[in-house]
Amino acid sequence: MADSRDTILARIRSGLGRGPLPASASAALDARPTHTRIAFDDDLVERFVARFCSRAGTVGRIASLSDVPAAVEAYREAHALPGRAAVARPLADLPWPAGLVRHEGPAGKDELLSVTACLAAIAETGSILLASGPDSPTTLNFVPDHHVVVLQANQLVPDFEAAWTRLRALPGGMPRTANIVSGPSRTGDVGLTLQLGAHGPRSVHVLLVGGDG
Amino acid sequence: MQVDSPNFKAKADAALADPHLREALGKTRIMFVNKRAELAAALPEFERLRDEARDRKNHILAHLDHYLERFDEAVTRAGGQVHWCADAAEARQVILDICQRVGAKSITKGKSMVSEEIGLNDALEAEGYRVLETDLGEYIIQLAHEPPSHIIAPAAHKTREQVADLFHAAHGGERKTSVAELVTEARLVLRDEYFKADVGITGGNFLVAETGSTVIVTNEGNGDLTQILARVHIVTSGIERIVPTLEDVSLFLRILARSATGQETETYTTFSTGPRRPGDPDGPEEFHVVLVDNGRSGMLGGPFQDMLRCIRCGACMNHCPVYGAVGGHAYGWVYPGPMGAVLTPLFAGLDVTTDLPNACTLNGRCQSVCPVRIPLPELLRELRHQQHQRNLRPPAERRALAAWRFVAERPRLYQFTNRLAARAIKGLAGDTGRLHSLPFAEGWTAFRDLPAPEGRTFLELWQARHPGAR
Repeated sequence: MADSRDTILARIRSGLGRGPLPASASAALDARPTHTRIAFDDDLVERFVARFCSRAGTVGRIASLSDVPAAVEAYREAHALPGRAAVARPLADLPWPAGLVRHEGPAGKDELLSVTACLAAIAETGSILLASGPDSPTTLNFVPDHHVVVLQANQLVPDFEAAWTRLRALPGGMPRTANIVSGPSRTGDVGLTLQLGAHGPRSVHVLLVGGDG
Repeated sequence: MQVDSPNFKAKADAALADPHLREALGKTRIMFVNKRAELAAALPEFERLRDEARDRKNHILAHLDHYLERFDEAVTRAGGQVHWCADAAEARQVILDICQRVGAKSITKGKSMVSEEIGLNDALEAEGYRVLETDLGEYIIQLAHEPPSHIIAPAAHKTREQVADLFHAAHGGERKTSVAELVTEARLVLRDEYFKADVGITGGNFLVAETGSTVIVTNEGNGDLTQILARVHIVTSGIERIVPTLEDVSLFLRILARSATGQETETYTTFSTGPRRPGDPDGPEEFHVVLVDNGRSGMLGGPFQDMLRCIRCGACMNHCPVYGAVGGHAYGWVYPGPMGAVLTPLFAGLDVTTDLPNACTLNGRCQSVCPVRIPLPELLRELRHQQHQRNLRPPAERRALAAWRFVAERPRLYQFTNRLAARAIKGLAGDTGRLHSLPFAEGWTAFRDLPAPEGRTFLELWQARHPGAR
């Protein structure tokens, strides 16, 4: 479609009343701007938990990573889920009980429970940031009815801008898929009435590790 | 999709007599308007963010060619492909060609207003593809064979009972009536479809030049399932949706959800950058961005350039008293409300959309809530001006305006006729102070009384109260 590319660029320049920009303009145009951020002085953990829970997300506090399997088992029993879960590879070496059938994903159509790590969490909005990669299939974030996310307190960042820094610092730069998840799936499309569990997870549970909990 | 704006008046009349629509539209206000007001008031930075968003959009538009080329380079670097499409026909053809090349049978779609704009579903179905909308609102109107009536809540005009009927007819089984049951039913029906789909098509709220990412902002998660489970992911987006950097995404995220649904954030914000990478256990094998111009570039440098700042939040229609009375379908195309009343004439032609810019009371509420401060009433006034210049207004209106102008340009005559009219109408109204009918204004008095003037003009009162002043 080289022709249409040229056509569109020519129309844009004609509308703007100028020719192509000189190459010397690029550096200034591509510089990262500093926009207004939202000021807050809440404690990051408190703000994250309050915001995330305000949209029907749930948070459990645990002392260390080795407590994850027991917390997942308790969650599974509380929701009467069968003894099977998609557990992302970074969490595979935790002391999981023998009775839990595990696989590393991707998620199948009837997947009920996934347990994943995350890249960061954003206190500003109370959101989780997940990055795709060989160890973290994106289907685990959307297909199962229940998504349990393991978040370490030192992964909490104040705002979007700090989250972008984490994304840019990944070995391959921007991952194929980056998901900011702020709670369970919801819809207002039937009778403009809020309903959880539209297409994605009906429940998103964060296990917050550490952070003086 | 076909433009049906010439029937605005007939459709508006029908809408005003539709009790289901009255019920549905009444909820829009409660759902969106109040929540937006609460959040705007709770954020001290909100007005400053709107200023910055307006200024940043202006900067982007002034350098649109640069950022589009940067975006193309970055998408290509990530292994994806950008398809520049000058018009709707080219965009449809590009997508049809991709679907044919990959041997697609089943296509799932997340919500995309650009795909509505280019009439994509009809084109795909005409070629025998199975197309399924997965956004719950879009799914509902696809079952009803209707266009969207709102850009972020496409089925805002449908009541729960109407959805229950549609689902019962489409899915069979017992007729479900609660919102929870209906949502679950759609969830289960659509779940299989994501896994079967060959091609997943989504929109793009933002296109990030720096990274070559496309961004969708949603609440349901259907767009994510659509793009992650299909073999091929196609993004349809307008050229004006480009932003330079991730920092700009933060700026617009901070105003988008607050303005659109009155939430601090929507549930999902997803960045897609290229296709599946080596070692990735899931994700699409191909990633295509269909970049649609379709008249947008022609708005640059002209009186309607400000409209290209639009981030498609829907706040203008949520706050519009005309939209709130007649709903979205009366506007006759894919974009309703104030932003649609500007865009439809520009995309479809002034001659077939003459009612739209005039179906505005110029109350300014849309402008007061627009997150990127688009002067919508001014743009609508400019469209009226162009209609007048191109002789698209009815002869009676032209004669009336010419007569008014003749009088208005002669101050003494103007004051004299005003005095005469004020007294005459007061006399006609008699003791009630109200008129049940008035010649040349039957359209007004058919539905309400006209309050009569007090008998003296503003100028007379001013002169009486401020002796000596001019």
